[in-house]
Amino acid sequence: MKADAAPVLETTALSKSFGGLSAVRDVSIALNRGELHAVIGPNGAGKSTLVNLLSGELRPTSGEIRLDGRPVTDTSAPHMAQAGVARSFQRTNIFPPLSILENVRLAVQAIHTPMRGLLRPHSAARDLDTRAAAVLERVGLGEAPHRMAGTLSHGEQRLIEIAMTLAGNPRVLLLDEPLAGMGNEESEAMARLLKDLARDHAVLLIEHDMDFVFSVADRMTVMVEGALMASGPPEAIRADAAVQRTYLGAAS
Amino acid sequence: MLPTTRGAFALAAGAVVLALLPFMAQVYYVELATTALVAAMLALSLQLLVGCTGLVSLGHGAFYGLAAYTVYLVTPEDAGLSIMITLPLAVLAAGAAALFVGALSLRTRGFFFLMVTLAFGQMIFFIFHDTKLGGGTDGAYLARPALSLLGFELTYTRRQRPVFLYYVALVQLVAMYLFLAFLLRSLFGRVLEGIRINEHRMRALGYDTYRYKLAAFVIGGALAGVAGHMWAMHRAFVNPEIIGWHRSAEALLMILLGGLQSLHGPILGALAFTGLGELPQLVGDAKPFARFFSAIGLADFGLRVQALAERKLLLEGLVILAVVLVLPRGLAGLRWPRFIRPAFGGRPAGNERVQP
Amino acid sequence: MSFAGFLAQLLNGVQYGLLLFLIASGLTLIFGVMGIINLAHGSLFMVGAYVAFLTTRAVGSAWLALPLALIGGAVFGALLERGLFRHFYRRDHLDQVLLTFALILLFEETRSILVGNDFYSVPVPAAFDFSVPITAGFSYSAYRFAVIAICLALAVVLFLWIERTRMGAIIRAAAEKPEMVDVIGIDARRVHMTVFAVGTALALTAGALAAPLYSVYPGMGDGFLIISFVVVVIGGLGSISGAFWSALLIGLVDTLGKAYVPAVAGLAIYVLMAGVLIWRPTGLFGQRG
Ligand SMILES: Nc1ncnc2c1ncn2[C@@H]1O[C@H](COP(=O)(O)OP(=O)(O)OP(=O)(O)O)[C@@H](O)[C@H]1O
Ligand SMILES: [Mg+2]
Repeated sequence: MKADAAPVLETTALSKSFGGLSAVRDVSIALNRGELHAVIGPNGAGKSTLVNLLSGELRPTSGEIRLDGRPVTDTSAPHMAQAGVARSFQRTNIFPPLSILENVRLAVQAIHTPMRGLLRPHSAARDLDTRAAAVLERVGLGEAPHRMAGTLSHGEQRLIEIAMTLAGNPRVLLLDEPLAGMGNEESEAMARLLKDLARDHAVLLIEHDMDFVFSVADRMTVMVEGALMASGPPEAIRADAAVQRTYLGAAS
Repeated sequence: MLPTTRGAFALAAGAVVLALLPFMAQVYYVELATTALVAAMLALSLQLLVGCTGLVSLGHGAFYGLAAYTVYLVTPEDAGLSIMITLPLAVLAAGAAALFVGALSLRTRGFFFLMVTLAFGQMIFFIFHDTKLGGGTDGAYLARPALSLLGFELTYTRRQRPVFLYYVALVQLVAMYLFLAFLLRSLFGRVLEGIRINEHRMRALGYDTYRYKLAAFVIGGALAGVAGHMWAMHRAFVNPEIIGWHRSAEALLMILLGGLQSLHGPILGALAFTGLGELPQLVGDAKPFARFFSAIGLADFGLRVQALAERKLLLEGLVILAVVLVLPRGLAGLRWPRFIRPAFGGRPAGNERVQP
Repeated sequence: MSFAGFLAQLLNGVQYGLLLFLIASGLTLIFGVMGIINLAHGSLFMVGAYVAFLTTRAVGSAWLALPLALIGGAVFGALLERGLFRHFYRRDHLDQVLLTFALILLFEETRSILVGNDFYSVPVPAAFDFSVPITAGFSYSAYRFAVIAICLALAVVLFLWIERTRMGAIIRAAAEKPEMVDVIGIDARRVHMTVFAVGTALALTAGALAAPLYSVYPGMGDGFLIISFVVVVIGGLGSISGAFWSALLIGLVDTLGKAYVPAVAGLAIYVLMAGVLIWRPTGLFGQRG
């Protein structure tokens, strides 16, 4: 699992405060293609806020974000997605009244439809259907794609969340606790999928399950109270005394 | 939003009934029906925003009124212009105003969007109310646009006019319905639906939702312009009242009456609303309360009740109250009693989509 | 125009702005805490004005109107909240718009049934029916000074209530983070009713104060409602102090505009609103988005 030389997505001294609270402080990280970068940290450490900053949903208070070396600090969420940075949400964020297929097809359509194609009847847009079906197959939701998303089990809804993230063929994946609420079997399938994805994507994964994280991550970052506490390969993190004291020790 | 095959047949049958109406009704009712068709166009154009995109706008009536005033402003005093000139100009004016108002108001959401659309709508109202541009508070008469196409002119006598205008309105309503059905079937329609259900997620997926909402806002405004143009043609008169926000609120009521879930709902709602507006008139003619109470020896009281019953806004207010309190899903939410339903073969709630 | 004339317009602007603040603050509070869009807020203002008109007609002087509007408004607001609005907190905007639109129609028809559709002027209370000399050639209406003083006093009480009391803290929290409202739990019902009562009382009081200045007429609430919307948009969400400064700004711009550039003055506030929406869509005085 070798990473290409230049990082795809990179931040320098990124900070975000809400009123008096600084949720993210001076965070500099780099995501490389072919690498799964796990971010861990206790509740309220600022992990989701970091994803919100990277995906353009929140404007940073200070600091810089670069995509392929170009500054994208003030780019809006839709433009980040168009540029190939896709994210999933910690709290399932889908279209409950639509079918599974329609959910994913909206995600495909977002990236693959030129303006003038917009007036095509949706029933004639077979290309979107094909691509959406392929993505559903990949996450293991290929069966009965016409069920209404809102009626599915929590685990299946999480899979829709992931499928929508993959649908636009992004280069960078920001996954905010994709496993939350999944069963054991589903987690194992997800681990395989993540490893597979990490071969040709830059992946940022937020996850609380330490065993899982250590089994999939190529690189890890520990956040505490908004700041970076440590960053490096998993072995180094496991050995880091400060991390052990404040985080791993308490967790296990 | 779109009807099933069976629903499409029902709609076609409805259109045929509407097309035959002038052969069955007196002139007064033909004119009333034209009024209802104009209201239906207004409500239908607003449905693109409310039911399809989830944008509750209170400025929609302003685009409608502006289009009617445009007809007045471009028409010379003595002779009407061709509809081929007035209609595009009215639609253009309404669309341009919608672009201006939409570009600003869509920078806000929810409650603020409501307030801003209402305020800008009232701005247009004040322009015509407070200046002499369009006859001031009293309004002004105008020469009706002529039905001339490419050198051909369709002429009609004074007595034929209500019927001709009725068909002009009906053709436009049907065209508008088909256009919106086409739009909602397209990928663009899917995006609007996605925005209505979960705009936040749409942005994260890569949709610049502002642009799509603005497009819907401008299309809706331009279609309201078609309705406003027809109003000017129908009444040959404009006054500031048609711009005021109460018109927008009434259009919202028509939508709620007919149901948010469908494209034909606003049409049914508009017909019901216009019919309801006739009730005080009918009560005024028949004087049922005055008669009943004087028959039982309470003539004075009867006259009071009668006077109340003839108040249009009182009735409207009470009807709205009743609808939002007991019929939150409009007339469409009414179900046939169980023993009748099978005969109609109506499908129960199953395929309806839940609003988030 | 002379300096004295300018001073008079300035005072008029402040007085108008303060009245707008009484209306707009209730509107923001009710929206901020309960998420309710009350289009009938302008009608409550109208009710206040007619209360002043009717008390003056009945007792011959308007001195009774103010306490009546304040206390009656609070009771009326509480009743409205209990009877109607409470059931609409979780309904969507469309339902709220139509509910409050229905109330506007019902208020207007009730007015029409009770007093008819004529314009009526309301005499200034006798105690304030004189002018206060300011400089040698310039004096200013004592009643308008009284209106300014009463509005400022109410504004101070409102600020203290929001900033210093426990309920005020809950209200601020609710306005900043709507999801907090659930956390309040049992208190919520009391808070909701109080906020609605206060908002209604302020609107009625503004109407009662305004009646001698603007007379009373059908549909008078509509104009004030829309200007208050502009105030709230410019002031920013959930911010009482924002509403205060923005009301003053609008009051001054509108009044001075009408005095000095009458041709375009009607549009001035809308241009201002457009500018704010372009520059800072979250409002001049609200928190940044
Ligand atoms: N929009 C916001 N406004 C105000 N404060 C916020 C906002 N979003 C997050 N915060 C605060 O920022 C801090 C970091 O939150 P964040 O959600 O990033 O933590 P997290 O690491 O994802 O936690 P968890 O593991 O529970 O998901 C928290 O104290 C949170 O309350
Ligand atoms: Mg989180």
